[in-house]
Amino acid sequence: MLDTLKIPQRHYLNAGHSLKSWLLTKDHKRIAIMYLLSISVMFFLGGLFAVGVRLELATPQGDFVSADTYNKFFTMHGVIMVFFFLIPSIPAVLGNFLIPPMIGAKDLAFPRINLLSLYIYWLGGLFTLAAMVMGGVDTGWTFYTPYSASASNTHIIPTALGIFIAGFSSILTGLNCVVTIHRMRAPGMTWFRLPLFVWAHYATSLVQVLGTPVIAITIVMLFVERAFGFGIFDAARGGDPVLFQHLFWFYSHPAVYIMILPALGVQSELISAFSRKRIFGYSFVAFSSLAIAVFGFIVWAHHMFVAGISTYAAMVFSFLSFSVAIPSAVKMFNWSATLYKGAVSFDTPMLYAYGFMGLFAIGGLTGLFLATLGVDVHMHDTYFVVAHFHYIMVGGAIMGYLGGLHYWWPKITGRMYSEFFSRVSAITVFVGFNVTFFPQLVVGYLGMPRRYHAYPDEMQVLNVMSSAGATVLALGYVLPVIYFLWSLNYGPVAGPNPWGASGLEWQMQSPPLPENFTEVPEVTHEPYEYEHIVAKETHLV
Amino acid sequence: MTIFGIPIFPDQASTFARDVDMLYFFILAVTSFFALAVAVSVIYFGLRYHRTHEGEIGARIEGSLPLELLWSVIPTIIAMFMFGWGATVYYHLRRPPDEAMQIYAVGKQWMWKFQHPEGQREINELHIPVGRPIKITISSEDVLHSLYFPAFRTKMDAIPGRYTELWFEADTPGSYHIFCSEYCGTNHSGMIGTVTVMEAAEYQAWLQGGGEGGTLSQRGARLFENLACNSCHLESGRGRGPSLKDIVGSTVDLEGGSSVTVDDAYLRESILNSQAKIVKGFTPLMPTFQGLISEENLVALIEHVKSLSPAQKGQEEIVKK
Repeated sequence: MLDTLKIPQRHYLNAGHSLKSWLLTKDHKRIAIMYLLSISVMFFLGGLFAVGVRLELATPQGDFVSADTYNKFFTMHGVIMVFFFLIPSIPAVLGNFLIPPMIGAKDLAFPRINLLSLYIYWLGGLFTLAAMVMGGVDTGWTFYTPYSASASNTHIIPTALGIFIAGFSSILTGLNCVVTIHRMRAPGMTWFRLPLFVWAHYATSLVQVLGTPVIAITIVMLFVERAFGFGIFDAARGGDPVLFQHLFWFYSHPAVYIMILPALGVQSELISAFSRKRIFGYSFVAFSSLAIAVFGFIVWAHHMFVAGISTYAAMVFSFLSFSVAIPSAVKMFNWSATLYKGAVSFDTPMLYAYGFMGLFAIGGLTGLFLATLGVDVHMHDTYFVVAHFHYIMVGGAIMGYLGGLHYWWPKITGRMYSEFFSRVSAITVFVGFNVTFFPQLVVGYLGMPRRYHAYPDEMQVLNVMSSAGATVLALGYVLPVIYFLWSLNYGPVAGPNPWGASGLEWQMQSPPLPENFTEVPEVTHEPYEYEHIVAKETHLV
Repeated sequence: MTIFGIPIFPDQASTFARDVDMLYFFILAVTSFFALAVAVSVIYFGLRYHRTHEGEIGARIEGSLPLELLWSVIPTIIAMFMFGWGATVYYHLRRPPDEAMQIYAVGKQWMWKFQHPEGQREINELHIPVGRPIKITISSEDVLHSLYFPAFRTKMDAIPGRYTELWFEADTPGSYHIFCSEYCGTNHSGMIGTVTVMEAAEYQAWLQGGGEGGTLSQRGARLFENLACNSCHLESGRGRGPSLKDIVGSTVDLEGGSSVTVDDAYLRESILNSQAKIVKGFTPLMPTFQGLISEENLVALIEHVKSLSPAQKGQEEIVKK
């Protein structure tokens, strides 16, 4: 039957071949592709800085690069990965591509704003990359005052300006998503028929719209402090250096949920599709996304337990931080239960989904150590924290992103990639990730502080393990680039629904028409109703 | 503790280290259990319910309210227990006992400077006696730093413009790391040192060794004269500034009707930013010393003012009883 499948005559990719047809497109799918290319460049650039960091840490002496260069490496790694890769990753690529078809719409509510958000992202990226070329930044991605305000003589203003600008891109993406989900749903697509991917993006968008302005304000304050010598964060003039941390984390903690919530949404889709079963406890999974988004706003000071905040404030924030663990745990249990009596297959996206569960579990559970006040005092600002948030933001968010990319790749391009090499990549990423970051948990409890250029000799073995693991991990990340590119020309034609999955996006042709659907689909059943699909015998290969 | 010669667990050298580690192992046990439970169930379900033929679909199961409640409530209870235990340990960590021995630390790019009340000054080294609670009052001359003793399981940020403090009681003699754990610029990873925990007698002998220039409060007394504090702050109270005798720990009425308890933070503010709080009945004549006095001298000055309140320690104990 595969032989009979053909790439359709007309689709969004051949709707125009000129550069102009791409740069001025209003098609959410083309914009998603341009985002995909842009963030991929950023990902490998950020990865290069990580390579520099791991090479330096292979030996305890600071002998690979100078301390200043090392400090710039980890700063640029963090800035690029957080603001220019992770935050736009799933929402701007997969969300952009899939939310309209998932709700039965032809495009997002504001196609021009969608394109604008991409240009804003590019402009922000340009500022930050220009700052990098000029010599970079050395403050750490957190830009703590007073170091960033007065002590550092690196290019903080252009970098921060880049982040400020890119923030508007994030706000517009979120806004577009919220309005689209409210206004553009097809007839019959009620709120409780939305795929969980859409619910997760709805929660994410709320955080983007409500949280991002705060980082914008914070950057403006830092800008006037540094450029015009205001005293907002200067203790000698009655300012408060710790105020910056409150403002910074008021955005940057919720920002963690901008990165992870969409991955949780992808995860729900993968688990359901590859066990051909409705998700266990749909409404609990949907509302836990909202709960995470809401709780995410009131836990920021858990980054500041040793920053001189009052004992009682610390207790309140510790308590609230534990409360955000519960909805995350609920999701894990529901995914596990979904597999029960499912029809489970281990195609590549499912391997990523399994890897996600392992890494996200460790990431979440190590968060409990850090939420516990008595233990956090010791662990704060050590490699335990570094490992913890990499388990969430790399183990969680990037596994989710890659899982999603593998799942929807045949939809996006119309072609399949190599099953063998993609499985190898999924396993390589999982193994490489653990070898990289598990030793960091251990060296963190030993007391190795983060952002150290040189470190005590007895910590070398664990650091060498970590650097070796990073090499494997890098291989796992490069592999998909190769077989994805290969698949564009040589991959077998996928057909509309190669996985036999539910969801409106699989009723479109692959690659989809520019207008997604020829006629507005009518939704008559809940998501993940596989009985319904089989009954209609639609598209099952 | 080491495995194959690789250290995997830090030295335990304070009373806290034991408290913190016990809590750590408790959380480790709970989290390992949950991680394993999830891993085993997803792997088991994946193999047991593996798809056997194309077109097979999963059973129709919507969900289960009792299960949802079960796996929300049980983790909540466990989390609250962790929170409570963690908060208890933290509360203890944040309350230095009154009899604690006072040491001052100043962080600056890129070194730790320690001052003992007896007058010893050290850079990137700290000598302390075993079995005695030690309170370290921390300040910073430039940017944020964080004073971290991994073997004691405690750290505290050094914040420009204010005092923070930490305390611990070392219980095992030996030498341990001191780190700066808050990123502070180029040589952040060079802002390290060694804390040497000594037997009481050894410590006494060490104290005899150094301390040129007298005790910390003697240095403060000289500064008190050099900076001409003594020309206004007369002991009699008839000077242009209030008498500083026996003020530490007391409550002072301020212009404008409020009052303040005299502690390190208040003394610091009154020296650096003397106009911030004016004692009732006095005119704001005092110059501000912001930028004119180093953190180390400030500490000496405060130690001198404290020495003018000799009854202070006794009073606190009476109040407690």
